[in-house]
Amino acid sequence: MSQLDDLYRRVIMDHYKTPRNRGELDNESVTVNLNNPTCGDRISLQLQLEEGIVRNVKFTGEGCSISMSSASMMTEAIMGKPAEEALEMADKFSAMMKGETVEFEGYEDVEALSGVNKFPARIKCATLAWNALRKGVEHGKGKHEGIEQ
Amino acid sequence: MDPIALKAEFPILHQDINGHPLVYLDNAATTQKPRSVIEAVKRYYEWDNANVHRGVHTLGSRATDAYEGAREKVARFLNAPASRQIIFTRGTTTALNIVASGYARQTLREGDEIVITPMEHHSNLIPWQQAAKATGATLKYIPLQPDGTITLEDVEATVTERTKIVAITYVSNVLGTINPIAKIAEIAHRKGAIIVVDGAQSTPHLKVDVQALDIDFYALSGHKMCGPTGIGALYGKAQLLERMEPVEFGGEMIDFVELYDSTWKELPWKFEGGTPMIAGAVGLGAAIDFLEQIGLHNIDQHEKKLTRYAMERLSDIEGLTIYGPREERAGLVTFNLGDVHPHDVATVLDTEGIAVRAGHHCCQPLMRWLQVSATARASFYLYNTEQDVDRLAESLVKTKEFFGYESIR
Repeated sequence: MSQLDDLYRRVIMDHYKTPRNRGELDNESVTVNLNNPTCGDRISLQLQLEEGIVRNVKFTGEGCSISMSSASMMTEAIMGKPAEEALEMADKFSAMMKGETVEFEGYEDVEALSGVNKFPARIKCATLAWNALRKGVEHGKGKHEGIEQ
Repeated sequence: MDPIALKAEFPILHQDINGHPLVYLDNAATTQKPRSVIEAVKRYYEWDNANVHRGVHTLGSRATDAYEGAREKVARFLNAPASRQIIFTRGTTTALNIVASGYARQTLREGDEIVITPMEHHSNLIPWQQAAKATGATLKYIPLQPDGTITLEDVEATVTERTKIVAITYVSNVLGTINPIAKIAEIAHRKGAIIVVDGAQSTPHLKVDVQALDIDFYALSGHKMCGPTGIGALYGKAQLLERMEPVEFGGEMIDFVELYDSTWKELPWKFEGGTPMIAGAVGLGAAIDFLEQIGLHNIDQHEKKLTRYAMERLSDIEGLTIYGPREERAGLVTFNLGDVHPHDVATVLDTEGIAVRAGHHCCQPLMRWLQVSATARASFYLYNTEQDVDRLAESLVKTKEFFGYESIR
């Protein structure tokens, strides 16, 4: 089961069992609801963006260990970062899902998900939260009207 | 019947997946294809291929004979009174949509009712939602019992004099429930409704007699019964099909075309606009030959025995929840393993060479009724063995240990 160990590293299971930033924001924020219709994974991501900075971020949702741990890691990775940098991280994450070697300096937990690229059916689980982030930031910039469904 | 000998007829089943011999337990999604079906499709393309119903040439006649011969096989297989009552479709979804568009939307009026159940696959749910919205009819549900069955008392109570259509699956693709179709048909007819049966999960496994069951419309998919993808069929009572308008217009389905008006061919061709899936029909015919050679009764008995064994083996795994009725169920087991998400279960099983389905199985309302977001499902067919079930059970124990952290470095 070594292939599995690569996929389900301890750090992933840790984020799955004790997710960071799970919950809802009280203050004004951008809410993005995304789901994966083929398998039923759901995420509701809330972003508080101030002057282009991610001041706060929280998520709720349900799904497999990959989708939920990825959401937990993503929120930790982007907290307090400029929105532009968060988007760059999202691109980097997509590259990692294509098998490219990338580094997440200062937040290496995310690299634990690199093994997902060997499981093509699971890539969409890992990218769900990052796609929600993209939509949220674009919405914050006024590119999207209303709440994303 | 000997599942191991039968397995030899399925080339795809003899391969390793992730270093383990493949155990294919996703048969409710699609079954594998025996050599005879693959050969029939190949032979058709290599020898008989032409368009149907118009060729004066020899190949055209051969292709037409092959296509119409397949229709006769489907008719015999379902004990339909005549082959003109069999319409070839892309699958169950298209077949049910033809009924919803060509019958329901044309005949329903405001205040009429369509009755379905919460266990329906989306393909036997959304067409009725849409038909109800378009006509002002009301969509009603026969409630489910805690074990995922329905009672005839509830059918009696839900189907009223205003009900025009009762649409129900014969076998649930999630719960394994086998619905008492003959009795439901009797209730529907007594109250003046027709019965539409989703046969996607029953046709591959049970002997179906549309006349004995007194079914008005019956839909099936070829790929779930050893046939190719992209071919299925709709059976309908002749007087209903005859009064229906076609839902697709174009070549093949016309009788006489003028500049501003046209007339249609007779049944079944008025419903088959465009060049049909001829090779698919030929493959479906070969699949029916294959299944009839084994005997549907034998397939049914084998699967029921295997399912009982699977229920026993899986019930022994602590923390594993099985959904659906305990007794009298079809050849599938839907389950969850503690709080391990079904995707994770399916991924671990895949690394062990075992293919199961994980997700909502195109039954989102049913998932909500079960109060789960997703489930895992192992579904059996004629080539599965007790050894396959053993492999599943052993790998599920490993999965549990793995997600209990025990085996993580």
